[in-house]
Amino acid sequence: MTAKLMTGAAALALVAGSALAQEVRVYNWSDYIDEDLLTEFEEETGIDLIYDVFDSNEVLETKMLAGSSGYDVVVPSGTFLQRQIQAGAFQKLDKSKLPNLDNMWDVVAERTATYDPGNEYSINYMWGTTGIGVNVGKVQELLGEDAPISSWDLVFDPANMEKLASCGVHFLDAPAEMIPAALNYIGENPDSHDPDVIAKAGDVFEKVRPHIQKFHSSEYINALANGDICVAVGWSGDILQARDRAAEAGNGVEIAYNAPDEGAQMWFDQMAIPTDAPNPEAAHTFLNFIMEAENMAQASNYVYYANGNKAAQAHLNEDVIGDPAIYPSEAALDNLFTTTPYPPRVQRTVTRLWTEIKSGV
Amino acid sequence: MRRLFLIAVPYIWLLALFLVPFAIVLKIALSDIALAIPPYTPTLDLSEGWAGIRAFLSGLDFENFVFLTTDDLYWRAYLSSLKIAAVATVITLLIGYPIAYAMARAAPEWRPTLLMLVILPFWTSFLIRVYSWMGILSSEGVLNQFLMALGLIDTPLQILSTNTAVYIGIVYTYLPFMILPIYATLEKMDDSLLEAAEDLGCSRLEAFWLVTIPLSKGGIIAGCFLVFIPTIGEFVIPSLLGGSDTLMIGKVLWEEFFSNRDWPVASAVAIILLMILIVPIVLFQRNEQKAREAEG
Repeated sequence: MTAKLMTGAAALALVAGSALAQEVRVYNWSDYIDEDLLTEFEEETGIDLIYDVFDSNEVLETKMLAGSSGYDVVVPSGTFLQRQIQAGAFQKLDKSKLPNLDNMWDVVAERTATYDPGNEYSINYMWGTTGIGVNVGKVQELLGEDAPISSWDLVFDPANMEKLASCGVHFLDAPAEMIPAALNYIGENPDSHDPDVIAKAGDVFEKVRPHIQKFHSSEYINALANGDICVAVGWSGDILQARDRAAEAGNGVEIAYNAPDEGAQMWFDQMAIPTDAPNPEAAHTFLNFIMEAENMAQASNYVYYANGNKAAQAHLNEDVIGDPAIYPSEAALDNLFTTTPYPPRVQRTVTRLWTEIKSGV
Repeated sequence: MRRLFLIAVPYIWLLALFLVPFAIVLKIALSDIALAIPPYTPTLDLSEGWAGIRAFLSGLDFENFVFLTTDDLYWRAYLSSLKIAAVATVITLLIGYPIAYAMARAAPEWRPTLLMLVILPFWTSFLIRVYSWMGILSSEGVLNQFLMALGLIDTPLQILSTNTAVYIGIVYTYLPFMILPIYATLEKMDDSLLEAAEDLGCSRLEAFWLVTIPLSKGGIIAGCFLVFIPTIGEFVIPSLLGGSDTLMIGKVLWEEFFSNRDWPVASAVAIILLMILIVPIVLFQRNEQKAREAEG
């Protein structure tokens, strides 16, 4: 009887073990994939895919630093990735399990190597810019036909913001994106880690603060599409998704995105495998699946973000590869800047300044 | 022996679910921030036994607590939370009392149904109910559409993302916690007391003020604490319905924890919050005990 029980338990453990191996838990940004890809992955590999979403790097980072998140693949942005690598949150990729690495695009890989030297820990999923989305009709109604929709003047010049306030302006609730944008606007180094320089960004926000309705990092997609707001500083693909949702709804709302002429931040979302991932094997299978040219193209065609996959470009729709808001020209690429992570003390200054900007305290 | 066992159960419960977590948070509050997993350096090393504890005590500095006094953000946030909680509690009482009163005065066969209606919202997830308020209050939302259709307003009212929306959310969410204890005391009330008051020359209003209100005091106090205490630390409602300038300690705590990755300071903020909450909680306990003694 005991022996029978033992074999039963062993069999159960085996079943549980193999069930675990047949599972991969992915934690990605919200509205960031064509969900058909998820079912395709399960059909192709037989691995159960559990897919959760987040909308801020901070939430992901706290889970990573707390440890035992239970996720096998996570998608931090460049600067956050760099800090989490330093904290020991990720494991080196086993490149022998990732034959599709050959598909990756050197133009992007060179840039992501700033955060992850040699791209040892991560692969690029998507990249984009932080710029301005506008409801063209409403903005032109308030500011005239020649409204500066492709300039930071639109949101950092109090004269413009005063007029726009009535129709609603949202800013990203992401100090690591907004403060560099303001510094760049006043001609300072956007990647400055000097508290005195960073404080200057505060002045820019203070002047327009009364006219900002909300700081939020995901609500603006629907708010723009519904016509609830008319301007949002946001991420390129999110605003382009808002444009498409508005077009589908046929509500007469026309949305446009611009990476402003003065320069805009370029960011990279990188897929990485946590050190304590329960299923690293399945995680590699997932990364390799994502790097398949057709799959990566399908994701980009759906979310309107550029990817770091050269081979995928042949499969991209014309309204993605041909849209300079998604794939900027060589010249426009030079106009984009990147940033590096703030050290803890500077981070506290930045967060404090951001709280002050948002709440006035 | 049996008595000991009976006492032990709640104490073990308290120990496991309050004291141990509190000790962990206190330990983090006394440690230093670090870039690691978890993101703080333990200053207390129990594996070294007494030497570790002695080293910890000698190196004990309350720098994270001291830090909280250097920036007025923290006490402003505490005060603002107290204010929002106090105002919301008063509004909830003003709305909740008449509802509870009406329920207690309703025909007995109706009361279970009315009680059911008060409890019914709990069957839907709290998060979904708060999200529905976003749909109601947004500038293109149901409320504005309705008011504009009636011609009462020309431009949509900006309610969502303001403190008004936070108050609406809190009052809506916590209303049942106010209604239920007040209803419980009112329902038990002896109607003959009111008749006696009227016989002795009270008007109905005077009888209400001199008899009904004092007799329902226990329910009012219980309801107020049940609303006030959780509201102070409320995070979900202000972050979903509030604007960026809604200052509450729950949001400050979030910023410390998530944006600054400073778990030690976040823990210090949490401990101070607990200290602030202990006062009303102790008052509440004492009130409950008095009520029990009065009954017994």
